[in-house]
Amino acid sequence: MFLLAAGLSVILGLMDVVNLAHGSLYMLGAYVGLTVLGLTHNFWLALVVAPIVVGLIGLVMELTLLRRFYGKGPLRQVLLTFGLALVFVDLVRWTFGPSIQSIAPPPQLAGATSILGSQASSYRLFVLGVAIVVGAVLLLLWRRTRVGTLVRAGVADKQMVSLLGVDLRLVFTLTFTFGAALAGFSGVIAGPYLSVYPGMDENILILTFVVVVIGGMGSIEGAIAGAVLVGLANSFGTYYRQEFAVAIVFALMAVVLIVRPRGLFGQER
Amino acid sequence: MKWLAAFVVVLVVLLSVPVWAPNFWVSVGIQTMIFATFAMSLDLVLGYGGLPTLGHAALYGAGAYAYAFWAVRFEPSLPMLLLTGMAGGAVVALLIGGLALRARGIYFLMLTLSLGQILWALAAQWTEVTGGTDGLNGVARPSIPVLFDVMGSLRAFYVLVVLIAAVGFVVLTVLVRSPFGRTLAGARENERKMSAMGYPVLRYRLAAFVIAGALAGIAGASTAAFNFAATPGLLFWTTSGLVLVSVVLGGTRSLVGPVIGALVIQLLLVALPSITERWQMAIGAVCIAVVLLLPRGLARLPRRLKA
Repeated sequence: MFLLAAGLSVILGLMDVVNLAHGSLYMLGAYVGLTVLGLTHNFWLALVVAPIVVGLIGLVMELTLLRRFYGKGPLRQVLLTFGLALVFVDLVRWTFGPSIQSIAPPPQLAGATSILGSQASSYRLFVLGVAIVVGAVLLLLWRRTRVGTLVRAGVADKQMVSLLGVDLRLVFTLTFTFGAALAGFSGVIAGPYLSVYPGMDENILILTFVVVVIGGMGSIEGAIAGAVLVGLANSFGTYYRQEFAVAIVFALMAVVLIVRPRGLFGQER
Repeated sequence: MKWLAAFVVVLVVLLSVPVWAPNFWVSVGIQTMIFATFAMSLDLVLGYGGLPTLGHAALYGAGAYAYAFWAVRFEPSLPMLLLTGMAGGAVVALLIGGLALRARGIYFLMLTLSLGQILWALAAQWTEVTGGTDGLNGVARPSIPVLFDVMGSLRAFYVLVVLIAAVGFVVLTVLVRSPFGRTLAGARENERKMSAMGYPVLRYRLAAFVIAGALAGIAGASTAAFNFAATPGLLFWTTSGLVLVSVVLGGTRSLVGPVIGALVIQLLLVALPSITERWQMAIGAVCIAVVLLLPRGLARLPRRLKA
């Protein structure tokens, strides 16, 4: 699950945009999934529809608002997306009510599977599998395809890439849409074992930021490494000293930053 | 001279509030003045220093908890409110600033955000010490000699926070016009040049951060005293977001701006819930509108309209 949070946060790291509404997109994904599930009782359909819907929302956000504020300093972006986050969370509360809900896992995955003699929830294994697949696909896209090259180049030197005749605006729009869709996807995926409620966005958002900061902005590899580290720290922390779990995650971040201010895989710019 | 006169008139008007206003509005006034102090401290870092921080709530909350720790154990007093608030805010500012100031732009922003969240996590989860999500309750207001007997706790407290805001305003005004403030602004405009001229930019910024922390801490301590509690919500990043909105709404790089912004935001927070249930959405819409329509803030609006 942290892998997913990471995959999506990278997209933002790539674009140098602080998106405080990213958690909201994740939340919207969960609620779209919930709605589809309520109508059709088909988890797989929800998993397909939610990313598309959230991706479209992201597309509209980028085209109408965010696009104007690239390269104008983070402050404007922060305010804008903070405002959007407030609007989204209230919209969700308005439409779906404030109560905590949960998405039922698909019947095929509702049970437990035993591996090496120990029981594990099938759904969690499924999530793990999905996370690995998504991570691998992202890495491939990032490293081996033209689009990946373009985005990486765009991150490295915006001016140069535009001068070479690449429509960076289009690339950024698509990247943002893709990131939004990924957030929506994560929302549905996380639904069955993290509950769905207005406010889920704020909690996930910060963890996502930590993952990006640890991994280094603008790097998929970093996001994956960051996610694994954060996930481990969180689990161990929860297991040993419940009250410090979250603080341990942040302490981990502080340590990484003191050693490598740009994050594990961050590039000096 | 004109400014001084305006300042005195505003101060007199503000101080007259407890005489004629009902309790409810005195409470709103207290919250506004505290928030204005908080917003001014942010403006020193954000406007004059040019450092976009999203961890300012941590300094505010640190002041609140510092005073709360003191007040639940010992006799609360006015000097202790100021002292604990200042110390709490300044120490946390030193820690966060020391770590985060090495980074620039977006990195700085994310660092301040995440470091601030550490404090929030500790406050919310380390229940034995911080009271967990309930926070520390039973924080008493300090008694204020003379005033307390004349007008009672609430009104006396109002006078106190107005004076704190006024002193904060004066101190910051002097500060930003001093060589220190000029250097800070110079580093904002051209960091390399200032470094090349031999100014230790990082140290100047850290100093600004710590001063802002001390003031934010006092604001936080006042909040804790006013609400009789220090809660983790004070430290949460949305508090940083809200104060950021106030500063930008009012206008950065002018100390009047944050005060106006704080006033508008507090009035909205009071008024909106009674008008519509969707007040959060309205605040969000205000943020978006500010960014799109008023990038320079309300304080500069008259000048812009004239031009």
